[in-house]
Amino acid sequence: MHISRHFVDRVVKHIMLALATLSLLILVLIALYIFREAWPAFKELGLSVFDDKWYPSREAYGIMTMIVGTIVSTTLALFFAVPLSIGCALFLAEVAPPQVAQVARPAVELLVGIPSVVYGMVGVVFLSPIIADISGQGSGSSVLAAGIVLAIMILPTVTSISEDGLRAVPRAYKDASLALGATRWQTIWHVLLPAARSSIVAAVILGLGRAIGETMAMMMVIGNSPQFPHSIFDSARTLTGNIAAEIAHATGLHADVLWACGALLFIMVLGLNTLGILAYRGKIGLPWSRGKSAKGRVS
Amino acid sequence: MRINIHGRWVLLPMVCLLVATLGLIGCNGNTSVAVGGSTTVQPLTEKWRDAYEANHEDIDVTVEGGGSTAGVAGVSDGRFDIGAISRDLKSSEKEQWPELVDHAVAYDGVAIVVHPSNPNGITDITLEEIANIFEQGSTSTWTVVSREEGSGTRETFENRVMGDMEIASSAEFQTSNGAIKQKVANTENAIGYLSLGYVDDSVQAITVDGIECAIATVQDSSYPIARILYLVTWNEPEGEIKDFIDFAKSSEGQQIVEDEGYIAII
Repeated sequence: MHISRHFVDRVVKHIMLALATLSLLILVLIALYIFREAWPAFKELGLSVFDDKWYPSREAYGIMTMIVGTIVSTTLALFFAVPLSIGCALFLAEVAPPQVAQVARPAVELLVGIPSVVYGMVGVVFLSPIIADISGQGSGSSVLAAGIVLAIMILPTVTSISEDGLRAVPRAYKDASLALGATRWQTIWHVLLPAARSSIVAAVILGLGRAIGETMAMMMVIGNSPQFPHSIFDSARTLTGNIAAEIAHATGLHADVLWACGALLFIMVLGLNTLGILAYRGKIGLPWSRGKSAKGRVS
Repeated sequence: MRINIHGRWVLLPMVCLLVATLGLIGCNGNTSVAVGGSTTVQPLTEKWRDAYEANHEDIDVTVEGGGSTAGVAGVSDGRFDIGAISRDLKSSEKEQWPELVDHAVAYDGVAIVVHPSNPNGITDITLEEIANIFEQGSTSTWTVVSREEGSGTRETFENRVMGDMEIASSAEFQTSNGAIKQKVANTENAIGYLSLGYVDDSVQAITVDGIECAIATVQDSSYPIARILYLVTWNEPEGEIKDFIDFAKSSEGQQIVEDEGYIAII
């Protein structure tokens, strides 16, 4: 009896190990495959992959406009999402009465479950016409529309990780601050936020990773013009949208360059997620670190 | 994100679902014909499929989109039995895959469309004017809407209208006829091009060199932006693949072509 129980333990352990190895292996294989497919593009085109003209049927394969489009739309998304998410997280963790938080928290998390094409549809039908009215030009397909839609999409990610961080701050910090006569707001600003900063930085970085990878909703609202946007009302194209729009038709070098876009995205998202995880573990903590005053590092 | 789920309550339905799915796949012993490619031809292939399957219960026809180039590639790598394309086979494709055989199944016109309110007041346009507008791209006068690279409709448009000129990168790019129509219908100063089969009251088609895009003008080739829609096979078709293509060309199949707003080849 004794032996068989331990035997089961060992077998289960090995099965788990095999499964974990398998998923890691799949990741490695996917990465290898992407880079193998992308390699001919770099070999053939060299650095001219980073030119700014995209017209594959006339042999122009520059993806710089798409890189900029991706960066601009995700930056805009962060600009909208970060203040909103941190505010929301503070509300849920500190301000809201428990009954309210119990309803509001799942509601925010529910946003994750909405398929991205639905966000896109709302963007096209509702947001774009408003933006077209405001800007007085075009169809409203713009990096602004993309930024707003993306911001709503990453809101739950950033909110729930930040909130977890805020809740993990030891109760004693808050009590001590209040006991010293600090107001609620002073406590939040000078104690809670600095103490939870690694989680918040991690939340933002992970949200950014999600924003970069978003495709469907982006394609529907950004206009897919391979140009540098000169204002937030201009349309642009993202790396993901470029792949999704053209991979079905692409052959030869055109397809290789689309794989190169994929490889670039892979590197960007991998880098960001690594940063995010490091930040979450408290290995790096950027804002609010004022010397030694805020020691409440959460890990 | 705290989600607590008890293992067995998830496992049980999942196993049931898996068994049911496998069962469904396993039970189906029908012959299948896979058709895929151009989104312009897709409404036709879908209607042909419905009509064809009504008379052939032992044959399953699957229809996919993906675009003309995907249709050719799909036939070449065996993913599709029949590829649908809305342009001529390119010489590069014929060279690479000499086994490809095309079967003309319909004519189509590419209409130039604007918003119904037509704020620029244009009802007729020359090929040269269209080319200039698309080369200049979106301005305060026009919002230019185009299909993406590789689309058969775009290739017809580029061949017949643009010539050596290029569509500006400031144009908006949409990936289907439906998306183009939707964009033009919702943007006051938009101009785009659309397969004739998709034109309806939500957009206004304007005449090109004084000629309206219509069945009669495409048939007598007086309308300049027209093309042939093909089904493509690997070698001469046989069996149910040939049967399906014959059906598409039959008077019943061509009636469907006309019902869908395209132009019969007879």
